[in-house]
Amino acid sequence: MPMTHAQALEVLAEHRGRRLVITTMGSVGIWAQLSDTPLDFAYMPSAMGHAPGLGLGLALAQPQRGVIVVNGDGCTLMNLGALVTLADNPAPLTLVIIDNGMYEVTGGQPTPAAGRVDFAAIARGAGVERVFRFATVAEWRAGAAAALAEPGPTVIVLQVEGRLGQTTPKPPRSMPEQIERLRQALSEARAD
Amino acid sequence: MFDGPSVAAAFRAAGITHVLWVPDSQLGRWDSALRSDPQLRLVRVCREGEAIAVAGGLLLGGARPIVLMQCTGLFEAGDALRNIVHDLRLPLFLVVDVRSWRAYTLGKTTDTCPLFTEPIMRAWQIPYVLFEPDRHTPADLAEEYRRAWAERRAGAVLLPE
Repeated sequence: MPMTHAQALEVLAEHRGRRLVITTMGSVGIWAQLSDTPLDFAYMPSAMGHAPGLGLGLALAQPQRGVIVVNGDGCTLMNLGALVTLADNPAPLTLVIIDNGMYEVTGGQPTPAAGRVDFAAIARGAGVERVFRFATVAEWRAGAAAALAEPGPTVIVLQVEGRLGQTTPKPPRSMPEQIERLRQALSEARAD
Repeated sequence: MFDGPSVAAAFRAAGITHVLWVPDSQLGRWDSALRSDPQLRLVRVCREGEAIAVAGGLLLGGARPIVLMQCTGLFEAGDALRNIVHDLRLPLFLVVDVRSWRAYTLGKTTDTCPLFTEPIMRAWQIPYVLFEPDRHTPADLAEEYRRAWAERRAGAVLLPE
């Protein structure tokens, strides 16, 4: 039974702990239903393909915090070099790649080589040592705790069903509000 | 003189914590000094837009980064620049090496880099200073960084090659 995008993120929400979670594109709307704390950052509007970079910067600046970036397969393809950068700059970062084989929010067009791209193999080839791939929700539920046990760098590929008829989601609040909330939460954590 | 040790010292003096870069032939000469400086963390990335995104995350997390790139990388990095500076409104600071600038001013190159660098900076609405190598120093660079930081705005120094 294929995993749905929502199921994939539900399991992630159960295991994210106190990590900061950055979502992009199709994950933004789903994640907002699961968690809406100051440590949930909907990267929208974004720079195409650059959520892993933003997450790496946060993880380098806040090494005690831990960061999870939830990226799409299309976004990942836009900047595959980011996998090399993650491997070369050890930081408490987990990159979750939601692989549905399509550009969901633009009408479901297939991504290049959809179904043939092996993101886990690419991540390993880029030098990331902790790489996981799950194709069913049962596998993901069974493996999530172990996959998220270490600070990172870690890459987790979740193969999910594509959803047709999606539109670009709206972030739960404006970017200035998100940044203010995030900064406040990070400064409070530093004061703890 | 923009040698590696002087630049590293200027970065330290400006309170810079992280240096992100894709080196070119001029900036690359700073590699050894930047890598060996205990107060600076040199972060190597694969493309210039990525450097800007990482710098954005560092700024959100409370660090003080600087991004070094050649103008060709600036041309590639437009979407990241737009997003980090104008959507997220973060005080990104760049040092951009302008390839072939000196030859361009003498009419001795067909390289189009000098033709487009300043118009691109203006198009993206990034305040910048075009340095004169014989007049400006790394201390001037540090001062430009400090000024932009104090005003919580983006900024850039263009270094002619």
